[in-house]
Amino acid sequence: MFSGETGDRRLGIVGAGKVGTTIARAAIAAGYDVAMSGSGTAERIALTVDVLAPGARAVSTDEVVRHADLIVLAVPTHRFRELPRDLFAGKILIDAMNYWEPIDGVDEELATAPAGTSVVVQDRFPSARVVKSLNQLGYHEFEEGRRPRGVPGRIAIAAAGDDRAAVAAVIQLIDRLGFDAVDAGPLAAGLALEPDGSVFGLSSSADELSNLLWPEASSA
Amino acid sequence: MTTQEIEFGLDSPAYVSVDESGQPLNGDVVIRNTIEEAVFADAVGIDSFNISEHYRPDFMDSAGHVMLAAIAGRTERIRLGTAVTVLSTQDPVRVYTEFATLDAVSNGRAQLIVGRGSLTESFPLFGFDLADYETLFEEKLDLLTRLLRDQPVTWSGTVRSPLTDQYVSPPLPEGHLPTWVGVGGSPQSVIRAARYGLPLMLAVIGGPPSRFAPYVDLYKRALNEYGHPPLPVGMHSHGYVARTDEEAVDIQWPYWAEMLEASSRERGWARPTRKKFQDEIAGGSLYVGSPETVATKLAAAIRLLGLSRFDLAYALGRVPHEQRMATIELYGREVIPRVRELLQDPPVQPIPSDQRSAGKDAGSHV
Repeated sequence: MFSGETGDRRLGIVGAGKVGTTIARAAIAAGYDVAMSGSGTAERIALTVDVLAPGARAVSTDEVVRHADLIVLAVPTHRFRELPRDLFAGKILIDAMNYWEPIDGVDEELATAPAGTSVVVQDRFPSARVVKSLNQLGYHEFEEGRRPRGVPGRIAIAAAGDDRAAVAAVIQLIDRLGFDAVDAGPLAAGLALEPDGSVFGLSSSADELSNLLWPEASSA
Repeated sequence: MTTQEIEFGLDSPAYVSVDESGQPLNGDVVIRNTIEEAVFADAVGIDSFNISEHYRPDFMDSAGHVMLAAIAGRTERIRLGTAVTVLSTQDPVRVYTEFATLDAVSNGRAQLIVGRGSLTESFPLFGFDLADYETLFEEKLDLLTRLLRDQPVTWSGTVRSPLTDQYVSPPLPEGHLPTWVGVGGSPQSVIRAARYGLPLMLAVIGGPPSRFAPYVDLYKRALNEYGHPPLPVGMHSHGYVARTDEEAVDIQWPYWAEMLEASSRERGWARPTRKKFQDEIAGGSLYVGSPETVATKLAAAIRLLGLSRFDLAYALGRVPHEQRMATIELYGREVIPRVRELLQDPPVQPIPSDQRSAGKDAGSHV
């Protein structure tokens, strides 16, 4: 199951809330070396990580970025702009955030983004390789939906991104975490994965998910 | 320590219900009906009645403290609380005055749960920005706990004017107005409750209670790290009790579906189905069924999470008043005694509910 290089199984997670700790647990179970950070010091999240993501390391955000090439962005959506523009330079940045007005408040830029919120995130971090993924299932469904590859009824998660190699890396992560992966296309196609998009919150197989994403392309 | 120490309450949002012909009742009627429901709850032995706080035309709970005072005047035993007080958009000084006064009026029966709540109309209504939620809650919780524990208070922050050697009336007798922190599942909120030495109330409204076991563990460990004694953990969940499982499902389903249909459109959730309803009853956190079904499920959750308190948010949606009274009767007269019975064998040891706050010296109480 492990590749020869440990660099292949390193994951960084920025955000130690419900979403970050849920993804961390799944990654630890999949054999990843996980480093995670919150909005403050490592000490502030040490207990949370110890109890909710045992096996992950609580570190600073700078350390998370140093630790891995594959990083999950799981901060509250109304706070992502607090992170420096060049923080994730050259990294594959998985945007796992969802914009919810009742939680995040009114955010004109996110609410009116014609190509979805991940394009806004990409603009904010221009040197990062942003892939939209891991946001479309509720964290309960994510926790409980993990299955080994080949198990019938395995749920699918989509990934959207302009950098095709980055999308391929995320697809590999999705598979290892316990889900079938569907390449949803370019970053702007991520609109369908958002809370008011066509596939948000649905537990579907890869075929069902593909049909939902490209209904015109489904066979008769 | 016995299972008699576990407190079983009810939660009500004073939701606008319908009459026999399906017509919504007037708001003032709903308010008076809710008070009747609380008085009845007292009569059938339920330990507390807790009202939430919303600002929408379908909810009549915008001034719960007034309703609680009316209930206080007609009862002598039932505790009178909130679930939750949306502290971020309230003024802590007013929360203190209102509820310390309620405590005096009721001869020591007031209690609070402070939290976010699930709806956010209070933010634009009172001129607050949701993006400031964390700061608002943190500062106001800080001020509220100072008012509760140690007057006169000197306090300053960014969210309201400062206080210097301020006394706020009425003074609270020691140990009165237990204040819990309502938490939906954010690790940060759990740790905050522990930091302040306040008991934890879990809002468990989806999925199995076991999902929350790690949060209870986190809370206990955080309390320990902050040097606080063990404190109670409670839970509230939705439900409906009828004579049989089928009757309970048949009564609750249309109103549940109606409510979730509206929310799903508004908030982008998946639409409710009867299967989802049944699944949630079977394996999640909907306590819908006969007294035996509900009691069995509840006892298991209490045992699993080590709970000292459970509040039933009874009859979700526009369920008519008469059916609400029927479920209150079954909950008080049959479910609660049966749960206590089930928890005797083997016996559980809940955190005593009078150990409700770590207090100003954060020492042990008993």
